[in-house]
Amino acid sequence: MPQLGADMTAGKLLRWRKKVGDRVQRGDIIADVETDKADIEIEVFTTGVIEKLLVQPEEKVPVGTVLAVIQEDGKPPTAKEITPPLPMRAVQQPALTPIPSVELQPAAPHEAGAARLRISPAARKLAQDLGVDPTSVAGTGPEGRITLEDVHKAAKEGPPPVEAGPDRAARMRQVIAAAMARSKREIPHYYLSTTIDMSRALAWLTKENLKRSVEDRLVYGVLLLKAVALALREVPELNSVWKGSVVTSCPDVHVGVAVSLRGGGLVAPALHYTDQLTIDELMKKFRDLVQRTRAGLLRSSELSDPTITVTSLGEQGVEAVFGIIYPPQVALVGFGKIVERPWSCEGQIVSRPLTTATLSADHRVSDGHRGGLFLAAIDHKLQEPEKL
Amino acid sequence: MTREQIKDIVLRVLGRIAPEADLTRIKPAARLRDQLDIDSMDLLNFVIGLHKELNIEIPEAEYPKLATLDGCVDYLMSHQKA
Repeated sequence: MPQLGADMTAGKLLRWRKKVGDRVQRGDIIADVETDKADIEIEVFTTGVIEKLLVQPEEKVPVGTVLAVIQEDGKPPTAKEITPPLPMRAVQQPALTPIPSVELQPAAPHEAGAARLRISPAARKLAQDLGVDPTSVAGTGPEGRITLEDVHKAAKEGPPPVEAGPDRAARMRQVIAAAMARSKREIPHYYLSTTIDMSRALAWLTKENLKRSVEDRLVYGVLLLKAVALALREVPELNSVWKGSVVTSCPDVHVGVAVSLRGGGLVAPALHYTDQLTIDELMKKFRDLVQRTRAGLLRSSELSDPTITVTSLGEQGVEAVFGIIYPPQVALVGFGKIVERPWSCEGQIVSRPLTTATLSADHRVSDGHRGGLFLAAIDHKLQEPEKL
Repeated sequence: MTREQIKDIVLRVLGRIAPEADLTRIKPAARLRDQLDIDSMDLLNFVIGLHKELNIEIPEAEYPKLATLDGCVDYLMSHQKA
């Protein structure tokens, strides 16, 4: 079960799209998974033949659980026996350390938060026989160890009531709350802002769209996304992730785009290789991504891969956005609305369309000097829109 | 096409963009953006949808004329192809 964002701790398998013996290629959709935010298409990151499907439809399993075993091309058959996971009985607390990979890897030991589960092999075996999820059992033994008696008692009491009540919007609000609270608790944010003259970018956009058919037109936001992606090449430390106590620079730029959902809530899926796409390719992908996000048709890599987030609240009339970084990312860029204001240009006061660009950044990874250079780089990119 | 037919098409296209909206409650003279929480990407999809349905290509400079339901219908009525 891949971790599709820092706020995800478990997911429910909705259905398999492949069966044992089917051949799969890297990038194929293999299953659909329900998370608190959306139903997600799960991709595979290897090529081979499906050897085992370990989780059944409608089962909810923790992040990190092995869903399937794939016999990779050119590799010997799986030697290690991997047993199917037990169904979950309780919603876990958000994990402190997200598992970033979406590859179908062997599961990490089943842990609740950062604490290793204390249970004897006999009690674990009994739990498996009785269909009890050990992570939902309160241990009464030494140091909280789960005993055979604890397992028997949990089996007698039966599973806790199914999550009653909150619909997806409410659950989404809960997971956003958890991720944002964690971000504010763990990440020492610093904030910068700059005013950008958008007259060149808007003039170029108007001219471009005049030449284009309706379906090929560009929206203003695509210029912002490309400018951010290119600016990251100049200040690459902002294109990083912080995991544990280690910062890792990301070799590729996958800008996460904050998309508000109509029922409430927010998702920020990735536009892969944002810096390498032409403006037309980026526009097509951006349009497709927004539509699929709102239709609940995202793919796993789009949720797990963003290396930075861009949010724009200009259309809501907001002048400046000081956002909260989405872990494990280390930066977030915000754009406000475009307003006509007096602007000093070559000794003259002129009226210009201006926007406020902001940076929220992790001070463990960068400092204000580099953050300032990054905002300046975005500004410079937007002054040469034809090069985006 | 009659005004009612065009209005039906406009509402159908809007329904694809904002499927959760109760289109029977749209106020014809009020801004669609405010009533349906439409952003620039939705607006582009709306214009593309109208183009597909009616074969009318709306220039970007004329988007403001589509601000309300009445405005949309007026605009499309006056730009119908013979």
